Amino acid sequence: MTTENKIDTYRRNFVGGAAALAAGVTIAPGVLLSGVAQAKPADKAVDSSVRWGMLINANKCDDCGACVSACNEEHGITGFDRPKTDPQWIRTVKLRDKTTGHVQTLPVMCQHCETAPCADVCPTGASFRREDGIVLVDKHICIGCRYCMMACPYKARSFVHEKLTDQRPYSPRGMGTVESCTMCVHRVDNDEQPACVVACAGEHAEDSAITFGDINDPNSEISQQMMKHGGKQIRGDLGLNTGVRYQGL
Amino acid sequence: MRLSLGNKVTLALLGLVLLAFSVSVTAETPKPVIPEGKGEQCVEPTDEMRKNHMKYIEHQRDLTVHEGIRTKKYSLVECIDCHVVPDDKGEFPQIGSDEHFCSSCHNYASVKVDCFQCHATKPDTKEGYRHSLNDQASHHFSGKSSDKELSQNDIELVTAETQQQ
Repeated sequence: MTTENKIDTYRRNFVGGAAALAAGVTIAPGVLLSGVAQAKPADKAVDSSVRWGMLINANKCDDCGACVSACNEEHGITGFDRPKTDPQWIRTVKLRDKTTGHVQTLPVMCQHCETAPCADVCPTGASFRREDGIVLVDKHICIGCRYCMMACPYKARSFVHEKLTDQRPYSPRGMGTVESCTMCVHRVDNDEQPACVVACAGEHAEDSAITFGDINDPNSEISQQMMKHGGKQIRGDLGLNTGVRYQGL
Repeated sequence: MRLSLGNKVTLALLGLVLLAFSVSVTAETPKPVIPEGKGEQCVEPTDEMRKNHMKYIEHQRDLTVHEGIRTKKYSLVECIDCHVVPDDKGEFPQIGSDEHFCSSCHNYASVKVDCFQCHATKPDTKEGYRHSLNDQASHHFSGKSSDKELSQNDIELVTAETQQQ
């Protein structure tokens, strides 16, 4: 056995041990989901008992851009210096009240709607909503027609125009398909929080602007916060019941 | 047409040479050189994998994308982790070159492989980044983030490694 393999074995033991302990150990917030929800075994299909969601407090967002760069890094999103067509999964939107001059910034990404217009219009079934509420594109089926991009009220989706290389193993992306925020589904299935949430917590310590969790569980932190202070939908008039909610708008 | 004796002999010789050449060609049809992966044995017997690897991968792909089932056994990421190995300089072969496990055979059989228009062609080299995102969770060996004591097993692993060096 080589030294490298030893280290790998050590890692596996360590990570395995940490996962097994997770239920009983309190780790710094913003790291593991355990305590929010039970870890899902890898061989079990997701079901609708959980609905993953995010709560974004616009008052705490200071436009630092940590979430955007973490997203780009996690999914290997690079631009070609063509802002009109370069893919973007999160962007920060600036709101300015004309009367008071008050300026707010907030991150906007796929809102993971319960009745997702993208999935409604998709002619092939490539756009779909997973049982646990995460809206995804199955790129094996996507034909790149971009109806979903027209249907999305949040301008959350991007089309990959260029040939890509060096993709991340856990985030396959390719030319000719549509993509958008996956709520870091590969991390969530692995009992971790989305990259933007972790990055925001890393930047703002205890005063993080993004909370991630199960909105079906009334005791989860996200549900508790929404119960106390509400969680607005952007374009709530459309009645899409979004999984991403906002405070302070 | 009349041929002289010399011409006949030449023709006969030529025929023999051609025959010998064609026989030697069929006997030595080059086989693809398939790079060796890590580990002893693939997840299924080699014959089965050669014939049906695509069925396993495709079945797993639908389970993973739609149902979130992330067992490692038939995962494409795991295929790549074992089968795509770096050369002496630590560089991974490019997809499409005969040195890449998948293309070594696919080139030979002239079968197009679409997986890598989207999927990574080499193992994850960005592990460091994922650690920095989760730096409160687990920094192996640093000890700063975990108050959990090392198990006897872990200690043995670490010390065994030190002795080897």
